[in-house]
Amino acid sequence: MPTTVRVECTINDETREFLCEPRQSLLECLRDVLGLTGTKEGCNDGNCGSCTVMMDGRIVPSCLVLGVESQGSEITTIEGVARGSELHPLQTAFLESAALQCGICTPGFIVAAKALLDRNPRPDEHEIRLWLANNLCRCTGYDKIIRAVQQAAATLQEAK
Amino acid sequence: MSTQEYAVLGTRPVRHDGADKVTGRAIYGADIHLAGLLQGAILRSPHAHARIVRIDTRRAEALPGVKAVVTAADLAVSQDRIVDLGEGDTPLSYLRGNVLASGKVLYKGHAVAAVAAASLHVAEEAASLIDVEYEPLPCVLTTLDAMREDAPILHDGLRTTEFGEKTGRVSNVAEHFRHELGDVSAGFAEADVVVEHEFRTATVHQGYIEPHTATVLWNNDGRILVWCSTQGAFVVRDVTACILDVPVSRVKVTPLEIGGGFGGKIPVYLEPVAALLSKKSGRPVKITMTRRDVFEGTGPTPGSVIRVKMGARKDGRIVAAQAWMAYEAGAYPGAMVGPGAMCVFAAYDIANVVVDGFDVVVNKPSTAAYRAPGATNAAFATESVVDELAEKLGLDPLEFRLKNAAREGTRRADGPKYPRIGCVEVIEAMKNHPHYSAPLEGPNRGRGVAIGFWFNAGLPSSCTLSVNADGSVNLVEGSTDIGGTRTSVAMQAAEVLGIGAEDVRPEVADTDSVGFTAVTGGSRVTFATGWAAYEAAQDVVRQMKERAAKLWETDAASVTLDHGVFRSGDRSMTFRDLAARLGETGGPVTGRGAVNPRSAGGSFSGCIADVQVDPETGKVDVLRFTAVQDAGKAIHPAYVEGQMQGGSAQGIGWALNEEYHMSPDGAMQNASLLDYRMPTALDLPMIDTVIVEVPNPIHPFGVRGVGEANIVPPPATLANAIYHATGVRLRSLPMNPPAVAEAIWSKEG
Amino acid sequence: MKWFDYSAPESVSGAISALAAHPRARILAGGTDLLVQMRAGRKETDFIVDVKRIPELNEIRYDSDGLTVGASAPCYRLYAHADVAARYPSLARLAALIGGTQIQGRASIGGNLCNAAPSADAVPLLIALGARCRIAGQAGEREVVVEEFCTAPGVNVLGPGEFLVSLLIPPPAPGSGAHYERFIPRNEMDIAVAGAGASVVLEDGHFRSARIALASVAPTPLFVREAGDALAGKPVNEESINEAANLARDAARPISDMRAPAEYRRRLCAVLTRRALTRAIEEARGNR
Repeated sequence: MPTTVRVECTINDETREFLCEPRQSLLECLRDVLGLTGTKEGCNDGNCGSCTVMMDGRIVPSCLVLGVESQGSEITTIEGVARGSELHPLQTAFLESAALQCGICTPGFIVAAKALLDRNPRPDEHEIRLWLANNLCRCTGYDKIIRAVQQAAATLQEAK
Repeated sequence: MSTQEYAVLGTRPVRHDGADKVTGRAIYGADIHLAGLLQGAILRSPHAHARIVRIDTRRAEALPGVKAVVTAADLAVSQDRIVDLGEGDTPLSYLRGNVLASGKVLYKGHAVAAVAAASLHVAEEAASLIDVEYEPLPCVLTTLDAMREDAPILHDGLRTTEFGEKTGRVSNVAEHFRHELGDVSAGFAEADVVVEHEFRTATVHQGYIEPHTATVLWNNDGRILVWCSTQGAFVVRDVTACILDVPVSRVKVTPLEIGGGFGGKIPVYLEPVAALLSKKSGRPVKITMTRRDVFEGTGPTPGSVIRVKMGARKDGRIVAAQAWMAYEAGAYPGAMVGPGAMCVFAAYDIANVVVDGFDVVVNKPSTAAYRAPGATNAAFATESVVDELAEKLGLDPLEFRLKNAAREGTRRADGPKYPRIGCVEVIEAMKNHPHYSAPLEGPNRGRGVAIGFWFNAGLPSSCTLSVNADGSVNLVEGSTDIGGTRTSVAMQAAEVLGIGAEDVRPEVADTDSVGFTAVTGGSRVTFATGWAAYEAAQDVVRQMKERAAKLWETDAASVTLDHGVFRSGDRSMTFRDLAARLGETGGPVTGRGAVNPRSAGGSFSGCIADVQVDPETGKVDVLRFTAVQDAGKAIHPAYVEGQMQGGSAQGIGWALNEEYHMSPDGAMQNASLLDYRMPTALDLPMIDTVIVEVPNPIHPFGVRGVGEANIVPPPATLANAIYHATGVRLRSLPMNPPAVAEAIWSKEG
Repeated sequence: MKWFDYSAPESVSGAISALAAHPRARILAGGTDLLVQMRAGRKETDFIVDVKRIPELNEIRYDSDGLTVGASAPCYRLYAHADVAARYPSLARLAALIGGTQIQGRASIGGNLCNAAPSADAVPLLIALGARCRIAGQAGEREVVVEEFCTAPGVNVLGPGEFLVSLLIPPPAPGSGAHYERFIPRNEMDIAVAGAGASVVLEDGHFRSARIALASVAPTPLFVREAGDALAGKPVNEESINEAANLARDAARPISDMRAPAEYRRRLCAVLTRRALTRAIEEARGNR
């Protein structure tokens, strides 16, 4: 008899418990079960990056992770990037650089770019483009996104 | 006008919806959740062309968790009529047939039936349990094949219209039209150099990242409530009402945030189907397309075959031009060949022109608008030929274009005479840009240029403003915001009122809450909805002056407003202070603006690109790219640049790698974002921009729409650059590595 | 997707039992192929065995026998591993080539191999490096050389109830170098139109030995033994390299499909083999 599975994990620094079917992806669990709709679905096969979340210190496409696989994991979604009412420098930079147009890819880009800056505080343009090549944007031509990441890197450096 | 000092226009404020969009709080189409929500799934045709013999839904209905199953038999039957879709008129029977196939399926991916169930997985499983018996028919996939006498016919009732007259001839050619100017034979007789070639462009998709989605509740009071992701809430309302055969007042559409459209989210696909499922189940139903559905079931932009012949004299004047253009419409007529034909020679002042256009149906998804629809295909042909003419005449390609550029008073072959336009200024900006004169060294490198035109759209827009006691203003508009237009519209109201952009709170409203507003398309929002905001702000100013006059016991005509300060004689009061006193001077102030501009004043654009070609693999790398465009007046320059960069990137993708790869039986073989190769961040350089400002004489601030013209020149620009790098001219899109390599090999013999 | 049940055993024996109890079970490592194929209806199962919690499938270890790479170890751990970066730079480069950043957070080279796509990027290099596959099943363990692992598109040598535990790559010989060169139309996020993996061992300006394998030009990743053998004893120069590259090209049996025409792929084989050899030689010269 098919049964749902109880999963316990940490999402945005909070312990969460939820029930899911094994066939539900982490993306479905975040959006439909937990109401965290900031993570977007663009292709459901790992090729657009809109569903990027941080899982145990590494960015992953949440559409290619089963919800049940997140048992015991630590997950950060776009909803966990700002600290309370204070935006992360990347979020500020995206706004000031006009690095979004429709904005559907923005959560995935910000989560991915944050993972880059966490490990490489001074990436050059090529490193940024390479790291973000799994995130598609169809509106901006990437120019302002790359500049926003560069600006955020500079802001984070100054703060140190 | 653009020389005027503005306080708000031309600045770069943070967009009003920005914080929500960088924190994940913004509610996009698929993010809505309603109590009791069911998930829908659509069964699509596995055949490109087939008769539907029988549909048996019993096995699907029997699956536990399934709440409703619908087919075309559930659609109301009513008399066919013409419906205005916002960017063109369409017979209702075509709209309805595209939403749920009836009688025949016309492309692989054509919707045949739909299911609503407690979960998406159950709905998908149920859809696979619907038994459909098909009688496959031969399919036809290209314009030239579809135009043959013996071609399989898609629509038995489709009779060719030729030069505006019904011919009674049943064929796949929906229309053949012609634009003529001067005497083209005499023109060619005068030419010293004539260049003629055939060009082809592949079917490509807009590629927005957010799949189509719609949630509908057919409420117990008979009202149909729709939440969706669309470029035009009123189009969704009107088309849904038409297809369901209910009055428009029964349908309320709430547009949620939209994740890209580029023209592809004008057509209606899901809303009527979700409505039927909701009616049957008594519950709200959400349908979200998969990426495969988006590729196979929504409108890409037409592939095309274009023959262009142009002749010039030794003195560098183009004296004649002729084009034969056949665009594939997909399953239903409407191939965007009309706008393509209007744009094909639009950048040039040519005395003798003939343009023949053919709108041809084929067994592919029904095509939709894509950013300057039809114009990019056309410019690929024209700008390649112009480049070749310049070379044959020994002229600099920009000098040659400048010599023949369209100006105020130039007549286009399709009729209109240009008002003040910026074609010359765009070419001059290209010439003066350091990129154009920068040395380009190294083997296998080349530089190309091209220009393009898009006429933009006017169409109706509505806007209301209400003044708050703290001096801020709420703005309600009906244009869904795809790229920051809330802000560019709010800035125009702020400029009139003399307050800051941040003091205007723009809101995109549902169809019950704002006046009719046409689609977010045709580069029209900043132009037309911005104009409506301008009118609404003028309405507010008029009333505020009366309030000031009342306080000061003077005549309203003596009150002026300058940079947010009302004055009369030696008395003055800021907008904010006066706003605080509305209660004592007669109550709330609201302003309204409604406009319906017939034309929009077009926008010209141009590109310079440097490429490097790997002669062993045929791969083209774009080393440097500069985009130039006439914005009339750039309201928010960062978002103007963003449009130029985005259009350039899409144009580069179209040029180099994107295409619908069809099997002989009409199946798209690359219906994923892995195999449909849109550019990644690693495939593009920074895209330099130059905003030219030649004010649009018909707009109060001189605005020209900037959303589209930027995609027009890139494919031709890259074709010209590849030629200068390799000596090979490619005349077919995409210019992907095998195509470039094979062209190089055949040149080398 | 249709309903399936899920288990995540924590030992090889646990996985063997789970597979034995569910004959239609499928193995989940990174899921970047399996979940996509299941959603597309190309694969079905009623039970998923997630092997990522089994220590042997997750380890990356270097010792005197060489490098052991657990079948489900994700690519990012491979290129971040100090021994891999120092001793198998070509493998580190390969791991950084598969998918994009996010995919590399999940995908494993073991999974790439088991998926048995003709275009699998990992396989030509693994062949060139002489990797062996450790396979577990109810009947015990066995080893298969990597060039014999894939048998047809999407099909491998794994029998019912068997699964890949790890890959074993021999220690690099002195004077050795390797490289995988692929061609894709984009610069990332693409399927190889063609690919060539090469390893060389150099001695006194000559090739002591070489191994060459190709991607995307046959129903399985293609080991072109004769191209590598032809280099043995030859001086390291353009002529030798071109000769091997032409042999690789001649061995290719490509098809025309949406990604490229056959003739284009055939020509690419020579280009990519030459480029892979050139880079492998550079590496070998630095390894003396």
